[in-house]
Amino acid sequence: MDLLFSTLTLVTFFPLVGVAVLAFVPAAQKNTARAVAFGTSLITFALSLILLTQFHAEDAGFQLVAQAPWFAFGSLAVEYHLGVDGISILLVLLTTFLVPIAIASTTHAVEERVKEFMMLFLLLEVGMVGVFVALDLVLFYIFWEFTLLPMLFLIGIWGGERRTGAAVKFFLYTFAGSIFMLVAILWLGFSAGTFSLPQLIQQGVAANVQIWLFFAFALAFAIKVPVWPLHSWLPEAHVEAPTAGSVILAGVLLKLGTYGFVRFNLGLFPQAAVQFAPLFGVLAVIGIVYGAVVSYAQTDAKKLVAYSSVSHLGFVMLGIFALNPLGLQGAILQMINHGLSTGALFLLVGFIYERRHTRQLAQFGGLWKVMPLYAALSLIVFFSSAGLPGLNGFVGEFTILLGAWEGYGAGWFAGVAALGVILAAVYMLWLFQKMFQGEVTHAENKTLPDLSRREILLLVPLLFFIFWIGLYPKPFFELMAPAVEQIVTNLQAAAVALR
Amino acid sequence: MTQADLIVLLPLLGLAGWALVLMLIDLAIPADRKHITGWLTLVGLAGAGVALTQWPSAGRLEAFGGLLVADGFAAFLTIIFLFSGAVAVVLAINYLPRMNIARGEFYVLLLLTLSGMVLMSQATDLITVFLALELLSIPLYVLAGLARPNLSSEESAMKYFLLGAFASGFFVYGVALTYGATGATGLAGVLAAERSLLLAIGAALILVGLSFKVAAVPFHMWTPDVYEGAPSVVTAFMSVGAKAGGFAALLRVFITAFPDVAPQWAYVLALLAALTMIVGNFAAVVQSNVKRLLAYSSIAHAGYILMALPAATHMGEAAVGSALFYLLAYALTTLGAWAVVLTIERKAGEGVALTDYAGLFSRRPGLALAMAVFMFSLTGLPPTSGFIAKLNVFQVAVQAGYVWLVVIGVVTSLVSAYYYLRVVVLMFMREGAGEALNQPLVNVAVGLMAVATFALGLFPSPLLQLAQQSVLNFIR
Repeated sequence: MDLLFSTLTLVTFFPLVGVAVLAFVPAAQKNTARAVAFGTSLITFALSLILLTQFHAEDAGFQLVAQAPWFAFGSLAVEYHLGVDGISILLVLLTTFLVPIAIASTTHAVEERVKEFMMLFLLLEVGMVGVFVALDLVLFYIFWEFTLLPMLFLIGIWGGERRTGAAVKFFLYTFAGSIFMLVAILWLGFSAGTFSLPQLIQQGVAANVQIWLFFAFALAFAIKVPVWPLHSWLPEAHVEAPTAGSVILAGVLLKLGTYGFVRFNLGLFPQAAVQFAPLFGVLAVIGIVYGAVVSYAQTDAKKLVAYSSVSHLGFVMLGIFALNPLGLQGAILQMINHGLSTGALFLLVGFIYERRHTRQLAQFGGLWKVMPLYAALSLIVFFSSAGLPGLNGFVGEFTILLGAWEGYGAGWFAGVAALGVILAAVYMLWLFQKMFQGEVTHAENKTLPDLSRREILLLVPLLFFIFWIGLYPKPFFELMAPAVEQIVTNLQAAAVALR
Repeated sequence: MTQADLIVLLPLLGLAGWALVLMLIDLAIPADRKHITGWLTLVGLAGAGVALTQWPSAGRLEAFGGLLVADGFAAFLTIIFLFSGAVAVVLAINYLPRMNIARGEFYVLLLLTLSGMVLMSQATDLITVFLALELLSIPLYVLAGLARPNLSSEESAMKYFLLGAFASGFFVYGVALTYGATGATGLAGVLAAERSLLLAIGAALILVGLSFKVAAVPFHMWTPDVYEGAPSVVTAFMSVGAKAGGFAALLRVFITAFPDVAPQWAYVLALLAALTMIVGNFAAVVQSNVKRLLAYSSIAHAGYILMALPAATHMGEAAVGSALFYLLAYALTTLGAWAVVLTIERKAGEGVALTDYAGLFSRRPGLALAMAVFMFSLTGLPPTSGFIAKLNVFQVAVQAGYVWLVVIGVVTSLVSAYYYLRVVVLMFMREGAGEALNQPLVNVAVGLMAVATFALGLFPSPLLQLAQQSVLNFIR
């Protein structure tokens, strides 16, 4: 009980304070609502930085644990049990970092029901951080499912024209994935006598049941990531979601899936993971190429970015199922990278949409002349997404490819995936050409104002990290290394046991 | 009659006695002030609640030579009955005058059917179970037809009566066969007797009879029509109270007297649960009338509660406890949803289509939010009471080895997400003329139930423990 009011609890639940305050803000005072939400999310970010100072990077296990009894089914206890390791703390930081940016991006984009929007956004933050820090399986599931509700409303109320369909599809798809995970969690809890993740990892799960448990979890995560061929909800949800929603959807929500793979599929079921790594490697590679090719065929900028996520997350999956330190570290770094660069991409698309109320590429062209600053910053972000050396995307993808080269025992996984890097450059440059180069073809584009100071300020923090990770990724790798090492040790032991 | 007998009978006496007194008082109350009868009914319910405190806090107290018992199981269910009765009264005070059916009989009949439910939860002899069944049912038949001369209400009452009488016939025949096989009607006596084919047939017939009451598939056909035709406030009460009453008998009879009447018995029960979940949820998908939607939803939820029956063969009291907690969560959420439905049904037959909910959020944000909470809880999404209830039932079933049943449970929950979500989508994401009455009393009740639905999802421990403790002496 003494650990209940820990920094971790504060980081997770502080946004609720903002929700409570917002409840008393009159609906007409839109700016007050914005300020409250922004302030709350900034304080949450500050709290997560405090968390980082308390974190011991050299230790592998879960730290800063908060644990208290919650409820019980007979002797089977469900606990309030939070903790972080080097992997989850990075993702917590990514979340608390992106949320204030996303909230600040809504100043002109969201004019209706601002207060409700902000409340939902802060609730979403609680759910997302909760998923990364929950160490009790039932608690994890609760946070996992809870993230669906705010997102359902964010897409369904503030989304584009076909928002309801997209919102419902998003909800049902992800809900469908997670129900089997619930059965698996219940079965695990009953057979092991505990829902505590560290305890389950320690006890180990019997080899003969790992396979179906592995797939029950994998389905939930694969839909969330999304792994090809389960991706069809993603383009719709992204296109219809408001900009801030897209930023968080791509930046954080998709990472819930990849995080789940690392934490549960690799952590709890190492033998099944070793057995089925090639399958997921193949799916990942297909996703990489498919996402890239489909991106190239898009005429809507937002849809293009959405499909590029399928490709990028294919890289993450490839790294995860390489099952070696390089692959995993690259994958985790790439999760952060994708959050930063795709978050920035959605912001950029949002900026132009606010000006022109269209995202059709045919409507643009020659914007470099009209909006030079916008074009320059876009170029950096596009390069980051395409994996240009010196920027963050390169570090992640390169490390993943190195890991994949070793990991799958067959070079062609990395070989085909490398094709994805080239294709990414193709569609990103093509996008750049369509939007910024050539002559200004549409009269209404001639008078577009360049980025405002607010918009620049939104991009600067993202660009800062894009450069930092690109030039000096060592601190990030060091933070996650012990935790990754521990997972890989387990996997190697499992691989030996299988032989 | 000993003092112990009296204590055991006290809540029942309170309800039935107050019903008789109220019938006389009601004569003196003018037709336009029947709400007074309503408030007086609440007094009676409170009185029954007080009487309940006289029961022993632990253990069991038998009365009338084993015909009745006062134990935690009965106490827990009685609380659910009294709660649903109280909500029904609060809703009826506004609803009945609006539909021009402000009749004092409503309250009297409500008290009588409640006393039948209380008796049902206490009955430990098949004869008392039958008595309770009739005492529960007959006032409900009349209540369903309360809106006479409204045709659909009359149809509803007629259907309910005919099929209910039919079900009672099955039940009585089952009791007769059971008596023939065992020479006993007391549940303890039946348990002690030798198993035989005749007993199995008797048990099967009793199962059929009680399945009618809880609307388990394939004995559910009456439910949508009766629910649709009856005045909504009666339907609201029926879908919670009558169902909990039916489950009181199902759980008590089948777990304490027939746990093992035939080798594959548990599978029959599991199949019943599976069918009920599947049919209830899939049929609900195509409904466009809210009352029918909630009718099928109530069938579906009967399926989840039924999971406790087969699970009880391995899990015993834990399974019963999970069913009790589910009933509580279901009562809270369903009554909340019905309360919202009632405020949207402004005139008889108007405002019961799903499209009447379109755009409700922009006019009545609080009400729409509460309805969303109820819908999510019925789906079983965290952090609501419906999630904890499903989790509990599923957990018990997994532990009893019924993983396949749980898989059906989660898949049908997914189906249910579709139709519950439709209500939410209509309220929040579509434009429309969704309008609702503004009644302070109902608003407060809806708000309280929504908060309780959340609170039970976030801090389930006290009531979860209560449900688990109240069944400690259930199986002997």
